[in-house]
Amino acid sequence: MANFLFYAFAFFTVATAAGVVASKNAVNAAMCLLLSLVGVAGLFVALNAYLLAFLLLLVYAGAIVALFLFIVMLLDMKETESRGFGKLSLAAIILAAGLLVTGLSTLVTRGHLDTGNPALTPALGTDIKLYSYQLFTTYLLPVQVMGFLLLIAMLGVIVLSKRWEGSDDVT
Amino acid sequence: MFDFFFQLHPVIQGLAKGLAVIMVIFPIAGACSMAERKVAAWIQDRPGPNRAIVPWVAWIPFFGKFLQRLGIFHVMADGGKMLFKEDSLPGHVNKFYFILAPIVAMIPALTTVTAVPFGAYFDSAGKVITLGLAPLDIGMLAVFAVSSLGVYSAILAGWASNSKYPFLGSVRASAQLISYELSMTLAVLPVFLWVNAPGLPGTMSFGRVVEFQSQPGFLGGMWFGFLMPLSAFIFLVALFAETNRQPFDTVESESDLVGSFHTEYGAFKWGLFFVAEYSHMIVGSGVFMLLFGGGWNPLPWVSLAMAVDWLGAILPFAHAPLFVGVLSIAIFLGKTLAMIFFFMWVRWTLPRFRYDQVMKIGWQKMLPLSIANLLFYAIAIAVLQK
Repeated sequence: MANFLFYAFAFFTVATAAGVVASKNAVNAAMCLLLSLVGVAGLFVALNAYLLAFLLLLVYAGAIVALFLFIVMLLDMKETESRGFGKLSLAAIILAAGLLVTGLSTLVTRGHLDTGNPALTPALGTDIKLYSYQLFTTYLLPVQVMGFLLLIAMLGVIVLSKRWEGSDDVT
Repeated sequence: MFDFFFQLHPVIQGLAKGLAVIMVIFPIAGACSMAERKVAAWIQDRPGPNRAIVPWVAWIPFFGKFLQRLGIFHVMADGGKMLFKEDSLPGHVNKFYFILAPIVAMIPALTTVTAVPFGAYFDSAGKVITLGLAPLDIGMLAVFAVSSLGVYSAILAGWASNSKYPFLGSVRASAQLISYELSMTLAVLPVFLWVNAPGLPGTMSFGRVVEFQSQPGFLGGMWFGFLMPLSAFIFLVALFAETNRQPFDTVESESDLVGSFHTEYGAFKWGLFFVAEYSHMIVGSGVFMLLFGGGWNPLPWVSLAMAVDWLGAILPFAHAPLFVGVLSIAIFLGKTLAMIFFFMWVRWTLPRFRYDQVMKIGWQKMLPLSIANLLFYAIAIAVLQK
């Protein structure tokens, strides 16, 4: 049963993720992204990481994709015509594909994908108290760094969108 | 007595329970639409719907007349109209998303019900067992996560309708729902800080919240609405905004947007939006009662266990699990319906905010207030529970 659920959700996630890239209509792409996130949440549930699953739904599916849709509709994007690849994008494709192959092969050859002993892996995501304790002790620095990153991004948005008095470019 | 039920396959058991809950929610949503009109009539001092009647009921003396005055047959008339009206599909819409939107409205509205417990009973050892479809350990998060998906129905409906007013409504909906979600989430955090007392396993379940409101003693028996009035108030205001109820009705304000995202909808598809809105109200009222109104405890400082003990002096079967379960569900449902009456009362009391006022209240008033509230209770709880 668990195996079947894993394959079903994995297929669903990958198929909808492909839909995000392939669809020409921006609204279709955003809806595919939403479904893909729901699929990932399903995978988390299959791993018993309920907290992560629902946080993913709450933050990404509930708010961020809704904002994407909001922007897409506000800008009223028409269906994009597919343009041919320029030299620069071809180079970027080759570079990205090379990086992906290298990364995956390293993962496989160095044994990172081997199934470890599940008993030795600490189940940090199941108990909400344990999870938050880890966030405030072991992972305090990354959390703080992420917070600062978001703060800087927010400040940047305020600076960019604020209408400064006396400036000519904004009317 | 119920042995045959527990011998069924778990999937069939789950389906049966889910269907049972839906069969309660749907008629309540229908009755709410009726109650809405009747409450509106009472507040405006007019009789309200009082004409429709089935012929053979009219033959009953007194009682038939009473039912007619009560207007309950208008529910059936409305339902029948919705079913048999022509289900029109305008030519200028995006057909796929136009049909998808009402379905998307129903799914989160009915899915949130699974995470909300609605009653409790005591087993032979006196342990409290909550009644609910899925006793999730992260119940509150699950309700927030799934109900936040409800915004897509409004967005998709407005966009797919391909006309101006629905589109404006859907843009308003997406901005409003996201804005008020922040203060709503921050407002319930003090409750969960309090119930995750030192020494207890961490949880976000509603069962624990109700358990904390049914303890003996002055502080123990106090409902969280009294203990954290500001949290309750912020949650309530955000709940009105999240369910698009007046005074935060800007999303479908009929005076300036005609009806907004469901302008182009008719017949059963419109009915689905309607039922979804009322299901959101029912679930929201239930969650408010669980968090701040004591859940299935009949009165502040009077827990369900105490009430059952008192009743035990009169009724011999008061301690039977079946009786306790039904009693707790009745109490909880009664509170939820009282809350829905409050929703309707507010609708005919406060005028609708302008859209810029809605945004200003959300970001400049509610959000700072909820952050200050969280800081205050975080410090107070840290001192109290030391």
